[in-house]
Amino acid sequence: MQVHKYDVIVVGAGGSGLMAALYAKQNAQGTVAVISKLYPTRSHTGAAQGGVGAALGNVDEDHWEWHMFDTIKGGDYLTDQDAAEIFAKDVIEAVLELEHMGLPFSRLPNGKIAQRRFGGHTREFGKAPVHRACYAADRTGHMILQTLYQQSIKHGVTFYNEYVVLDLILDDDIDGKTCKGVVAYELATGEIHTFHAKSVVLASGGNGRMFKVTSNAHALTGDLTSIAYRRGIPLEDMEFYQFHPTGLYKLGVLLTEGVRGEGGILRNASGERFMERYAPTIKDLAPRDIVSRSMYFEIREGRGCGPNKDYIHLDVTHIDPKILEERLPDIMDFSRTYLRVEPTKEPVPIQPTAHYTMGGIPTTLNGEVIWGTTNEQKVRGLYAAGEVACVSLHGANRLGTNSLGDLIVFGRRAGVAAAKYANTATLEPIAENTDARATDLVSRIRNASGKESVAKIRLEMQQSMQDNASVFRTEETLSTQVEILRGLIARYQNIGISDRSEKFNTELLEAIELGFLLDNAEALVHSALNRRESRGAHAREDFNERNDTEFLKHTMCYQLEPGKTEIKWKDVVLGKYEPKPRTY
Amino acid sequence: MQAVFKIHRFNPEKDKKPYWAEYTLEVDAKDRVLDVLHKIKWEIDGSLSFRRSCAHGICGSDAMLINGKNRLACKVLMMDLGGNTVTVEPIRGLSVEKDLIVDMTPFFESYEAVMPFFINDDAMPAREHLQSPEDREIYDASTKCILCACCTTSCPIFWVNGSYLGPAAIVQAHRFIFDSRDKGGAARLAMLNQNTGVWRCRTAYNCTEACPRDIPITDVIGQVKRAILYSNT
Repeated sequence: MQVHKYDVIVVGAGGSGLMAALYAKQNAQGTVAVISKLYPTRSHTGAAQGGVGAALGNVDEDHWEWHMFDTIKGGDYLTDQDAAEIFAKDVIEAVLELEHMGLPFSRLPNGKIAQRRFGGHTREFGKAPVHRACYAADRTGHMILQTLYQQSIKHGVTFYNEYVVLDLILDDDIDGKTCKGVVAYELATGEIHTFHAKSVVLASGGNGRMFKVTSNAHALTGDLTSIAYRRGIPLEDMEFYQFHPTGLYKLGVLLTEGVRGEGGILRNASGERFMERYAPTIKDLAPRDIVSRSMYFEIREGRGCGPNKDYIHLDVTHIDPKILEERLPDIMDFSRTYLRVEPTKEPVPIQPTAHYTMGGIPTTLNGEVIWGTTNEQKVRGLYAAGEVACVSLHGANRLGTNSLGDLIVFGRRAGVAAAKYANTATLEPIAENTDARATDLVSRIRNASGKESVAKIRLEMQQSMQDNASVFRTEETLSTQVEILRGLIARYQNIGISDRSEKFNTELLEAIELGFLLDNAEALVHSALNRRESRGAHAREDFNERNDTEFLKHTMCYQLEPGKTEIKWKDVVLGKYEPKPRTY
Repeated sequence: MQAVFKIHRFNPEKDKKPYWAEYTLEVDAKDRVLDVLHKIKWEIDGSLSFRRSCAHGICGSDAMLINGKNRLACKVLMMDLGGNTVTVEPIRGLSVEKDLIVDMTPFFESYEAVMPFFINDDAMPAREHLQSPEDREIYDASTKCILCACCTTSCPIFWVNGSYLGPAAIVQAHRFIFDSRDKGGAARLAMLNQNTGVWRCRTAYNCTEACPRDIPITDVIGQVKRAILYSNT
């Protein structure tokens, strides 16, 4: 075992991790290192396409208050309003800072950053769509990731690439918990490394691979949400999982909402622009939860496209092909490469795709992880930001572009806070056998010789999650899924793998990742079963209405033992925007 | 349909030398090569090792030599391959770690060598720098690079001389040299004028042909060559 000592450790090298690392390095008196499961430029921030929303007002009049309101209404009032206020203000400056780092935004004729329309972003509190999404063609996330990695090189950030974090070094004290580092597995050698640190920032991204049809990368297996959950930290609002309306049919590959921002239209089998019926004011630019549900309604009513009437058409044939090639080149490429569809001439078959978890590890506005149900109950030395965290900016449904804004605003805040904490803290001693849990996990799985197949259990989890816990849910489907997951968790104890080697044992890695995914799925389903209302992305067909009297509060799901959870609640931070019926 | 996959395999912990393993399996015409590799790994031999993440040509993890050409396994469909027998090998010029996984360290060292970051020490404007759409367009193609290494590891000059920075690093340098906001162009041009730089390029066009992002790499390198010739560095 190797032991490394740092002041600040960042786990994950996507947008939030790199932003946290850059700011930790600027603010820390000591050393900073980033641990990433992938080479940093492989992180899934790079797959984000359409833009980052900020009220720059380069095209239309815009104000941060409008952005704040849209975010809260988009989140179906479960958004913490203090988080939304900080976000809507800070993201303006953060986008300008990215430009100052060299990010190649697309430009308007006057040379300013180009902006496009996006779902749920409006002027004057819902009157009409506004151009708010600052974009770099349809590869905005790619450009953010590249730019932040470039800055990391410039500023000499230390990276441990292809290291898989398997455990937190977490001590229980009389009055709470303290994090003293992480234990990681080096994929290239199979060695276990202990990273002893004063503070740790978790920025490891999402968990979309628990579903069958997803826009998420294979690497997105909810590793750190699971590890935190296993170690007694609750997961907040996990029932709110976003299905992006426009995934490529069957594949789930993302086609940005920016396609509709540029004028793309959703049509059913008869060619009808059905969103006019569901969201008369902003139509195809309604928030994602509403559009995904509307698509499912169309399919259920027999108005889906294709021989099996099981998909919807995304139509851009009326848009100037030159604009499409200039502003949406990757979208054109994906349609042609994977579906052999020519978008300038024919509509593109699409279906909702599992995309983003609004929930995650609960944090304060400074990214401090909390273990209880109030912001005072902090885990000392532990921070989280980005998709792995729940601050809660996105509430019950995230607006398009707000994920990228979240990364840069809250990644920065977490990095600064972690550095400041490290500057005042001492490197507290850790136990001799602090890596035991991770070492045992690796050796158990490396030698696993049971009869169950990792791939088979994973597929059953993905299919059943898709069937029972995706866009629509009921008591019955969720209860069924609770039992299915218990069965899969039991079978997981009896897996077998064939590769016993030390170097690049990706079979071992996939088996460990499946364990993480099962935890994420469990937290999602248990939280969803407990929330007997419909809000944002959580649509209960047996409880169709939002119920503010009983459920205007955050779910905090604790794992008691695998398959068994305890649900507590945390107050929503309300403010100037009173909960109202959510129509568009 | 049935396909035969011939995969170049090597596990340094077991094998004295690399060998070809053959797998016969049912595939769909619209399967990505990556889907088939997963099917082999998940249903036939779990020890088959390769990198992948996003599975749609954006993260750049799964560059490999497919039927003799550098491709991303997630961007080639079975129907593109014109036959049912498919060979898969690791990309060339970087040492093989295990099966299709190569050591990317030298590749990223070359990348870091070209100062791949924005250089401008002027006081920042209160808002964004202004840049016309025309100026933005000049370096647009090179911003698409995903650092997959398809180009560099298809370059015959790189194969025989690993000290050549290679096409990917030059594309990254180009992205800044031709950005009207950047002030580090002269230093980058001086670096690329050295004997590890652009003059190694013999315009074989392998890089352009290999690029999964359709970057006209050979032209990009040509633009850098001309910038060196016509500048005072």
